[in-house]
Amino acid sequence: MSLSKIKFDKKIVLSFWIILIALIIAAPTLLPVFRLNLLGRYLSLSIVALGVDLIWGYTGLLSLGQGIFFALGGYCAAMYLQITSSSEFPNNIPEFFALYGVEKLPFFWEPFRSPVFTFLAIWIIPALVAGLIGFLVFRNRIKGVYFSILTQASLLVFFNFFNGQQKLINGTNGLKTDVTQLFGQMVGSESMQRIFFWITAILVIAAWFFAKWVVKGRFGNILIGIRDDEPRVRFTGYNPVIFKTIIFSIAGGLAGISGALYTVQSGIVSPQFMTVPFSIEMVIWVAVGGRGTLLGAILGAVFINYAKSLVSEALPASWMFIQGGLFILVVTALPEGVLGWIQGDGPRNLLQRFGLKRKIETYPSLEVNNKEGNNE
Amino acid sequence: MELLLDSLFNGVAIGSVLLVAALGLAIVFGLMGVINLAHGELMMLGAYTTYVTQLIFKLPLLKPFYNSYIIVSIFLAFIVSGVVGILLEKTIIRKLYGSPLETLLATWGVSLILQQFVRSVPLAYGTGLVISLIIGLFLPTTFPSKIKESINFKYYKFSSWIFAALTGVLTGSVISSSVSKLSRASARNVDVTAPSWMRGQIEIIGTAFPKTRLMIIVITLISVIAITLFLNQSAWGMRIRAVTQNRQMSDCLGISTEKVDIITFGIGSGLAGVAGVAVSLLGSVGPNVGGNYIVGCFMVVVLGGVGNLLGTVLASFGIGIMTDLIGAGRLLSIWPDMPLPLSNTINFFATTSMARVMIFALIVIFLQFKPTGLFPQKGRMVEN
Repeated sequence: MSLSKIKFDKKIVLSFWIILIALIIAAPTLLPVFRLNLLGRYLSLSIVALGVDLIWGYTGLLSLGQGIFFALGGYCAAMYLQITSSSEFPNNIPEFFALYGVEKLPFFWEPFRSPVFTFLAIWIIPALVAGLIGFLVFRNRIKGVYFSILTQASLLVFFNFFNGQQKLINGTNGLKTDVTQLFGQMVGSESMQRIFFWITAILVIAAWFFAKWVVKGRFGNILIGIRDDEPRVRFTGYNPVIFKTIIFSIAGGLAGISGALYTVQSGIVSPQFMTVPFSIEMVIWVAVGGRGTLLGAILGAVFINYAKSLVSEALPASWMFIQGGLFILVVTALPEGVLGWIQGDGPRNLLQRFGLKRKIETYPSLEVNNKEGNNE
Repeated sequence: MELLLDSLFNGVAIGSVLLVAALGLAIVFGLMGVINLAHGELMMLGAYTTYVTQLIFKLPLLKPFYNSYIIVSIFLAFIVSGVVGILLEKTIIRKLYGSPLETLLATWGVSLILQQFVRSVPLAYGTGLVISLIIGLFLPTTFPSKIKESINFKYYKFSSWIFAALTGVLTGSVISSSVSKLSRASARNVDVTAPSWMRGQIEIIGTAFPKTRLMIIVITLISVIAITLFLNQSAWGMRIRAVTQNRQMSDCLGISTEKVDIITFGIGSGLAGVAGVAVSLLGSVGPNVGGNYIVGCFMVVVLGGVGNLLGTVLASFGIGIMTDLIGAGRLLSIWPDMPLPLSNTINFFATTSMARVMIFALIVIFLQFKPTGLFPQKGRMVEN
């Protein structure tokens, strides 16, 4: 009787959604500004976690370089904000250029004057970059660990590039967004942050439905097929390269959206978003939440980050130990993650161990489901 | 000519650090298909071992031998990192055999723990812990076979661990009371000073070479020769090569793959420790020192392919020489009057960080033609 197979009553589903929406609307009044801002940031991180779940949980591609696409989305948003609020600075260009003696706006900044272009760029540019990297790697049947370390190397390459180019994008200092203006209001102001929180919450739900739609049906089946036995998929006549490239660029696009939302809520985008540890952390959110469960990715991202901020406030040194332990624990003891464990046979096995549930002699699908009239 | 020699030397110096660091990674990857993300932290342990050895050799008792501490620390670093690696293999990696991606994540967790361990535990007690690990792991193997076969062996083993723990605590407190620099935990970087005979420069054909760099090249050379001899001449080396080629068949023929895994992982980790000694000569030593080199090592492994040491050697020297050529903008001085757009491009990439960008791009282009590296393993399997 795995949880995923239970058909909930329509009324229960409806009331769940009503409560959720009510919570989202009420959150700004319930939480203090600082906590609300944190929650908003963590929710935006859960979008990138959804992308990681799509490529790792469903397709079996462990990318250690999602930070690239995350930061690209953040930079797109920050460039737009900087350029629209630069009218009072010399030469009508963002303030930091004056520090390096740059007088003319670099060419790739120009299109970011348009809000429409920016809204498209936030997800299309990361998706294109991801598609290109993915295609070049997958085309040669590079996979598994090779793929992981190549993504990590490309992450470092992007980090080096963004970190070193002061004259183009302010290098290691990054681009600040909290003192910029959007629609005549300061981005860092409380009312704007509240709006960003709502936008984030809506987009998380939208991204969740989108991800569910992606893994549904034939496309999702092929992804799972690639994860479990790629040669067989290839021999059946499908070209795994196309599917892997598509799903990798979808994950890249999600990461871009997530990065943009994170940037406007944290007030800055910098090459620090492209450090190696941050990108691997994204994987652990999914691993703890439960890979291949989508909802687990969202919950994992929010809860682990909340735990991180709470632990770091209390005992700064111990978070690294806890995080390291989490990595080891989750792959050795709990490979399906928390949600996967609940949805699988975990709770039943636990109850059986204490003698609270009858032991199963054959297959759970035969014994349990028949008995409870859940025969499908 | 002089310029070329200079460039070649710099390239070889960069490449030899990469080589000694990537050697262990490549051997382990070839054998078990596992990428050890904690490899950089094993290097860091080697570097810290050098630092601790240096301070201990400053004690009055060992002062006369101070100049030889660097030689001693190479062996110590090999043992320390090797033992930590063996422990890692026995406790975590063995459980994850057959799922390389999970191993990747678990070893990342280990690397985080090791980094924080160095930050928040005084080095003296860290040394004590490592000593007790070494004794605890190796003392039982020295028992006579009569004890080993007896039914009470686990009690002997247990008591040897207790002995090891006591020795560890004892040495830890002795070191912390006699060397004040090691008695407090600190996250700050530390510096290893080379002994006097390694400072300064040597002049060869009119060009001055720093002695530390030469020392690193010598360390690398010795490591590569030793590993080649071990793999090609010894019985265990033959077993390692056999398991690398075909694990199941070797298992069927009676080779203990478990032991082969432990030995290989120990040697690979030990080589990381030796690399740590080399790294400690180049700059200051901190908890993050391994992270600076690890991605370079990955590039070497990807470029060189697995199962052939020659690939690793060529790849690391290739990357080293290219880094120097691009990063120092040497192409411009070799060919001064090249067309303007080209020279602008070369100037754009003429920093260390931008050289990395360029080299990565070159490697990705290379992989389009040879996806499995310079020397791919031959076989007829669909999967590698």
